[in-house]
Amino acid sequence: MTTPILDIRNLRVSYDANVPHCAVNGVSLQVFPGEVVALVGESGSGKTSIAQAVIGVLQGNGRVDGGAILLNGTDITRWSQKRLDAVRGAVVSLIPQDPTGSLNPVMTIGAQVREILTVHGKARGKAADRRVIELLTKVGLSQPEVRARQYPHELSGGMKQRVLIAIAIALEPALIIADEPTSALDVTVQKRILDLIDELRWEFGTAVLFVTHDLGVAADRSSRLIVLKGGEIQEEGATADILVAPQSAYTQRLLADAPSLSAPARIVRRSRAGETPLVAVENLIKDFALPDGGVQRAVDGVSFGIDPGTTHAIVGESGSGKTTTIRAVAGFERPTSGRILIDGLDARTLKGETLRQFRRKVQLVYQNPLASLDPRQSVFSIIEEPLLNFAPVARDERARRVAAILDRVGLTQATLARRPHALSGGQRQRIAIARALILEPKLVILDEAVSALDVTVQAQILSLLAELQADLGLTYLFVSHDLAVVRQIADSVSVMHEGRQVDHGSVEAVFERPTSAYTRDLIEAIPGRRRQSQGARPNPSETAEGYPA
Amino acid sequence: MLKFVLARIGQAVLVLWAAFTLSFVLLQAMPGDAVLIKFLNPEYGLSPEQIAEIRADYAVDGSLFAQYAASLGNLLTGDFGYSVQAGVPVSAQLAVNLPATLTLASLGFATAVILAALLAFLSSFSAGSRLRDLIQSIPALFISIPVFWLGIMLIQIFSFRLKLVPVIHPGPWESLILPVLTLAVPISAPLAQILIRNLDEIETRSFVSVARAKGASRGRVLFRHVARNAVLPVLTIAGVLFGELLAGAVVTETVFGLSGIGSLTERAVSHQDLAVLQAVVIVSAAIFVAINLIVDLAYPFLDPRLKPRAGA
Repeated sequence: MTTPILDIRNLRVSYDANVPHCAVNGVSLQVFPGEVVALVGESGSGKTSIAQAVIGVLQGNGRVDGGAILLNGTDITRWSQKRLDAVRGAVVSLIPQDPTGSLNPVMTIGAQVREILTVHGKARGKAADRRVIELLTKVGLSQPEVRARQYPHELSGGMKQRVLIAIAIALEPALIIADEPTSALDVTVQKRILDLIDELRWEFGTAVLFVTHDLGVAADRSSRLIVLKGGEIQEEGATADILVAPQSAYTQRLLADAPSLSAPARIVRRSRAGETPLVAVENLIKDFALPDGGVQRAVDGVSFGIDPGTTHAIVGESGSGKTTTIRAVAGFERPTSGRILIDGLDARTLKGETLRQFRRKVQLVYQNPLASLDPRQSVFSIIEEPLLNFAPVARDERARRVAAILDRVGLTQATLARRPHALSGGQRQRIAIARALILEPKLVILDEAVSALDVTVQAQILSLLAELQADLGLTYLFVSHDLAVVRQIADSVSVMHEGRQVDHGSVEAVFERPTSAYTRDLIEAIPGRRRQSQGARPNPSETAEGYPA
Repeated sequence: MLKFVLARIGQAVLVLWAAFTLSFVLLQAMPGDAVLIKFLNPEYGLSPEQIAEIRADYAVDGSLFAQYAASLGNLLTGDFGYSVQAGVPVSAQLAVNLPATLTLASLGFATAVILAALLAFLSSFSAGSRLRDLIQSIPALFISIPVFWLGIMLIQIFSFRLKLVPVIHPGPWESLILPVLTLAVPISAPLAQILIRNLDEIETRSFVSVARAKGASRGRVLFRHVARNAVLPVLTIAGVLFGELLAGAVVTETVFGLSGIGSLTERAVSHQDLAVLQAVVIVSAAIFVAINLIVDLAYPFLDPRLKPRAGA
């Protein structure tokens, strides 16, 4: 039998804190040459700790407590950092999670790719320069000579990830550790990056340890799957087998909670005839002045209506204008032209006191619950605060309403005295929802409200939102990049691309019969679909083709 | 880019004018003036008429606004007026005293930077050991030592006990060693604190992990990746601290009996020699503004993200 490239035996990793925290508890796994093994788990499962331990870059207070890490049959667990330097980059390399934070902001792209060549003495001088250009070309960057002289902030997220891949493959290592390589990227960019990794892997026969929280990505790209929870392996086996017949209860739940396009669409609530929509947006246009005197059109002619008690979703990638659109609907941004009617009020003409009263009707829930909750306030004062801003409500009445809303969002009264940092991500998002609901708004704008959550928590929050909508007759404007989630929760949908609304209609219509090429690409790019339709490998070109509106 | 430079220079000129006006108003608000202090002395036996004449000579009898306009006009032509006490042009006094203080301040600053860098990198290399806690507590100690006390202690230890640095007839460089150290210690403390914190913060960034994953050595990662990013914010603080250095020079020069702007200021304050004080304020403000202007203009070259984009 061949020697595995990576052989982890009973690995234990812990972090020093006031209470020592064990992140990885006796994990054993093997990666064979040319194989892609996916390490799947939710946050806190220990998957990133394993990846970091292998390459010897555990964060400050982390350390390997026991077990062994064998690279090509050699135990490197007790190696000094200095000895590991010879192996890192040459035998095992890393594709990190966050492309923006993973490149040194004050060094040129070329210098950062070049570094891995010179550190290992593989090339110097002109030869190194040539190799840098070769590598940048290899990963599909256009104008590699220009890119080499640019700084990271001049490149898009997808381009930066290509640079990091160029660094990772520079010395043709036997093993690449890909730590959530695409979770910070838009879905169409994600697909192109994953295709690129696949392609380079074919070419060099490199093994990949693929760390991800996304079952869809793991299903598409791996041959073997390892499911982690709480630092222990729950299940391990061929990817196809696990997807078809998961053995452990945890994997079953994970698979059930993952939003999927194949799931039946929800029953669409038809609006009663003659009912006026709660929200009517007509031909919304928003321009931003550029410093050089030019004008950037962020939103270009968006129109949609939302019937009371239904959910409209806006789907788009970063830069598509979806955030500008919802800021205009919420009354934070004055549109350049177009009409926004909410419950009969024109959001454009409001100011002063009427604008303040208007805010009662429209509430927001943001993506990152920790950043949108004041860390110094208790849960009680966070939820109570909106009540203090409007007509006075007696103290015990306020307490009663806060308690009631907390009940509604499924939290216990014991939560009231705690502060946001002492709560889990799901609990925090429930509090953000409670804060939005305490004013009894008509419209709730959910800005990527479930995107940062683990799938099981995401499923819980989505069902909470559906329940609240049914009970309270709420209307949602739901912004997301995740089409599977949209399919699950929305009645109608607008797809935005570069400021324009390229598709609009009921969820079924847009998903089954998309009219624009962009929407088709977006649906095609959703991970988890490749298993059904394995076709020709797509061309990993970095630039998106222009999509007709 | 040119627009940015011109705007920054315009701001600098504005700051200088404000410093001049403010110091003028404050100095005029003091009761009495240098002429009265010097010539009311009964030893001179001058009559009130004679004093009025002298006051007219020194142009201290006009209206406040006329005096302001006159001294602003003089300043623009590079004329700082006369020192009432010494009876010589202020510019002559500055010419004698400024070089000494600038030498002291620059050496003090350079020493402070070296001291701070040494502390920060020692702390960074000793990560995870007990030594680190010790090193990290040094800046707090440095900042709480009074300058005059430190000066006296240094003289006591190095000159009188160890007899390493002579105090009687020292050479031109020997006489600078202890004052420079005295000046450097309190300035190095905030620099070291900020540098240590930045190094620790940058150390956790993912591009550092990527550099380590490339197989770059600890030293290379620290100097090529971490340090270059960590020094950027320190630059601003360094510019501001230079102002503190000038203030520190007053005490240091007094303790060590050195002649310079510090001792000049001390004499001018005790004699209410307004022209000298005004000149000291303007010169210090000019140096301070110039250094911060250089720092601002240097940033875009050190941090490519601040470079105005061409055409984009």
